[in-house]
Amino acid sequence: MPDQPFRVLPAVTSDNEHFWRGGEHGELRFLHCAACGTWIHPPQPRCPSCLSTEVAPRASSGRGRVLTYTVNHQPWYPGLDPPYVVAIVELDDQEGLRLTTNIVGIEPDRVEFDQRVRVTFEEYPDRDGSVWLPFFEPDPDAGGPVARGAQGGTP
Amino acid sequence: MSWTEIGERRAVVSGVGQSQIGRRIYRDPLGLTLDACLAAVEHAGLQLSDIDGLATYPGNMNIPPGFSGVGIAEVHDALRLELNWFAGGLELPGQLGAVANAVAAVATGLCNHVLCFRTVWEASAQGDAGRASVTMGGGGGGGGGGGYRATSFMQWSLPFGAPSAANWIGMMANLHFHRYGTTREQLAWIALNSRRNAEINPTAIYRTPMTMDDYLGVRMISDPLCLYDCDVPADGSTAVIVSRGDAAADLRRPPVRIEALGTALRGRPSWDQFDDLTTMALRDAAAMMWERTDLTPEQVHVAELYDGFSFITLSWLEALGFCARGEGGPFVDGGTRIAREAAGVPGSVALNTHGGQLSAGRLHGFGFLHEACLQLWGEAGERQVRIDGGDPSVGIAAAGGGPLAAAFLLRTD
Ligand SMILES: [Zn+2]
Repeated sequence: MPDQPFRVLPAVTSDNEHFWRGGEHGELRFLHCAACGTWIHPPQPRCPSCLSTEVAPRASSGRGRVLTYTVNHQPWYPGLDPPYVVAIVELDDQEGLRLTTNIVGIEPDRVEFDQRVRVTFEEYPDRDGSVWLPFFEPDPDAGGPVARGAQGGTP
Repeated sequence: MSWTEIGERRAVVSGVGQSQIGRRIYRDPLGLTLDACLAAVEHAGLQLSDIDGLATYPGNMNIPPGFSGVGIAEVHDALRLELNWFAGGLELPGQLGAVANAVAAVATGLCNHVLCFRTVWEASAQGDAGRASVTMGGGGGGGGGGGYRATSFMQWSLPFGAPSAANWIGMMANLHFHRYGTTREQLAWIALNSRRNAEINPTAIYRTPMTMDDYLGVRMISDPLCLYDCDVPADGSTAVIVSRGDAAADLRRPPVRIEALGTALRGRPSWDQFDDLTTMALRDAAAMMWERTDLTPEQVHVAELYDGFSFITLSWLEALGFCARGEGGPFVDGGTRIAREAAGVPGSVALNTHGGQLSAGRLHGFGFLHEACLQLWGEAGERQVRIDGGDPSVGIAAAGGGPLAAAFLLRTD
């Protein structure tokens, strides 16, 4: 994977592997409670709603909306050039199921609140196996402000 | 929630002290700390042998560089204290959580006089590399590089190029702007008010006047936060002494009484999972503080509110009820309701009278409590707030942002 922007990678463990490697299968996976149906993020050994231990990884829809975002202009890392969009995306699967991510495939100044987005993965090889970072891009199946053909959106 | 016991009223602040404060003064952090501690003991009219408690935030650690460098053990040993109680650490309701610990310790009778300190030497430690040097895991080059792998809560933000609270608070500020129509021209007044106060604070770091054009023209860090929305790394140490009220009756100055404390965190303890990203834990800490008193925001003369980023101060103003939720922008707009001269004027409060961390330097939370006490004692020099020709008698010191917050309601009347 030459020419990838620099990324700090996560330490993959048995607890978070479903999240960081689900992208190999094109799936954004979170823990899900078999007893009450609650989605759980970050991973926890018991469901926070019903305290069941019957929690297991499950593929989410991978679709949601931009809850909030910021255009980062500060060069925090050599090899990761601003500007790029850091966002909190809320998944359609459950109110409050959200994660921090980047919005890609669109010019940073075109990103909007409540914009419909879908997950897209980028594989980063690591010494103990790849991780798949879950980014989000404008959802082509949704109406609303989608910038088609935008250039250079990869942070 | 209703409370049956307000134990913090058994505690007072009996003295405060500060070391030299500056940019890159290249002094040993323990030396700075001892200067501040000895100044506070002298200020209170105590002897070192009276000090039987010691508290600090965050303990001895140096990630990021210069974040502390001094813990309980270093100060304990350097001053050969004989302690009945001590506590230092990071997992607290913000920086002033260390002082809340001390309040609890004296209120339960575990000790009489707790020396509380916070030391930073980030300006020197970061040196000429600038603030970007504090980011974890920067390995250079492309791809997944460097030896560092993100763990714990940082794994959810670092891979996305969001290592800084500037990014996390930037998202909160942007949501506030979107939801309530807040503007950069309004937020600017937090920074402009602080600079105006810093101009007459001899220990402040930035004392030259700042204009709206200066603010709007400076580079963006993480939209909508520009460079002047971010506090300035500094070297310096602040100490405050928390005493048992009935052990402080005969000290040098009338004690600053602790009317109420707020230390609550009722939402999820997370920067991105908290239910309301525009209020964060400030909402809970402020609510708890007001639950524990009959005083109201209208009675507060001075408010010294954390400004690691300007937006945090705006959010504190709302959380503490100086204006309604979402009304922070109009409240600070023009600066008249938050100026020094506004103290005692209905609907107003004197804000960050020393210049805050934005202009006076990032002393990390303790500077706000130090300033609130100086104001209540009438010892703030040229920047002293006056109420009908007298000193202010009710003040708030609050620190923290994101999921970390504590608020102190102080009074001398
Ligand atoms: Zn459940």
